[in-house]
Amino acid sequence: MQDEHAARMNLRLLWRPLAFIAVLLVLWEIGIRRQSSHLLPGPWGVVGGLADLVQHGLLLKYVVASLFRVTWGFALAVVLAIPLGLAIGWNRRAEMALNPILQILRPISPLAWIPIAILWFGVGDLAAIFLIFVGCFFPLMLTAINAVQSIPAVYINAGRNFGLGSARLVYRVLYPAVVPNLLVGLRITLGIAWLVVVAAEMIAVSSGLGFLIVDARNAGNRYDLVVAGMLIIGIIGLLLDAGMRSLEKVKSFRWGYSED
Amino acid sequence: MSQTQAVFAGAGLKTKLSVDHVSMVFERDGKRTEVLNDINLEVGDGEFVCLLGPSGCGKSTLLNTMAGFLSPTGGAIKVDGETIRKPDPRRIFVFQERGVFPWLTVEGNIGFGLSKLPRAEREQRVAHYVKMVGLEGFEKTYPQELSGGMKQRVEVARALAVNPDMLLLDEPFGALDSITRLIMRGELLRIWEAERKTIIFVTHDIDEAVQLADRVVVMSARPATIQQIVKIDIPHPRDISSPRYLELRDGIFQQIGLAHKL
Repeated sequence: MQDEHAARMNLRLLWRPLAFIAVLLVLWEIGIRRQSSHLLPGPWGVVGGLADLVQHGLLLKYVVASLFRVTWGFALAVVLAIPLGLAIGWNRRAEMALNPILQILRPISPLAWIPIAILWFGVGDLAAIFLIFVGCFFPLMLTAINAVQSIPAVYINAGRNFGLGSARLVYRVLYPAVVPNLLVGLRITLGIAWLVVVAAEMIAVSSGLGFLIVDARNAGNRYDLVVAGMLIIGIIGLLLDAGMRSLEKVKSFRWGYSED
Repeated sequence: MSQTQAVFAGAGLKTKLSVDHVSMVFERDGKRTEVLNDINLEVGDGEFVCLLGPSGCGKSTLLNTMAGFLSPTGGAIKVDGETIRKPDPRRIFVFQERGVFPWLTVEGNIGFGLSKLPRAEREQRVAHYVKMVGLEGFEKTYPQELSGGMKQRVEVARALAVNPDMLLLDEPFGALDSITRLIMRGELLRIWEAERKTIIFVTHDIDEAVQLADRVVVMSARPATIQQIVKIDIPHPRDISSPRYLELRDGIFQQIGLAHKL
């Protein structure tokens, strides 16, 4: 009963954006048909491009290749940056020593690392994974540092009061206290990873959605494939974000996001 | 009322806690702030003592040193003759507000200090204290969905569950509305009478102090010194319109330098 109600609510929330998208598609198609210069393929052209990709077995292959690189780069960054960031945030002296370096490295676009990535790892998966790693590492580390530093002192004091030693304090108080902030950082960083993979694939490898876009243009100006690739990138980015967002609804995390 | 006399614990009680020439100086950015100045106090086993003073006078600092969160810069605080060096589950601090862990349910919070107990015993203890503070039916609820008064009950239950000798309460009802505050005072007294913990209760509310305490320690503005210790010789339950109650309360009002007229 309740589910049915919720489903109907969802439908009502969805029809507006869906209708808007439909209108845009129609306008797009009409616009393309009224003038013959090739500024952009029309929606039908893009659908044709998608069908082409599916037919040649490239769509799934490229999506998997891109996701594979994102998974590795992101996971490595998470595994290294979060524990490191938590430790640094916990230790004020370490934070003071490292902060200037972090602040210099952080604003360097991951794309600026492309020559170095190729120098170190050659053209291939490793270079792309390294670029994603670099793009995720600094924002994640800063998130972790800030998350530790914003834990209210009462939680730490209460934990110590109940006799927790350092190790137990970390996993019973510190860790649960930072999870909500970390999740926000993870979600934003996964978005960055998805941006970086496309750029990395344009230069460092010969598969993946970024490669698809460059290749489609170079190998015969197939702009229908370019736009199809962009569309797939957008949809997968949306799904990744939605997946991370759903974690924020877990009850023992949710306290971190309310006003109260 | 002689001050030196009243420093000692209530008559016939074994000394639980002694504060011996304690002073506290904070230094920040080269600025020296003297917060506590030569505090001497003894608290008896099972006694209910209120530390009363204006906001920011240093009474919370004193309570934090009793808990072992801060070390005094001069003097020593002893519990059962042993100098306090760090926090200890035998003395549980109840925080002003938001001391409950928001990532744990009511049950999880109350059982927080019991992780070393076997599961069955832990569950039984948790159930006992859930009942004592009247939160049956809310065991699986997260603090976010509780009212301020209920959260404060969770914190008191979490403290009692580890069976401490002492409770250190830092303006625990300060953020509650006045009706809830009255109810909570009654509940705290009921629990105190049932469990006979030594309680040190920081407040800036004169009525609250006189309603609850065996002795009220009146503190001056910063740097805090003990101005006077007032013994509240009214048996519980206290009639808060009795002449003796009003006399004691008004005496403290005068001591603090407030005429009781608005």
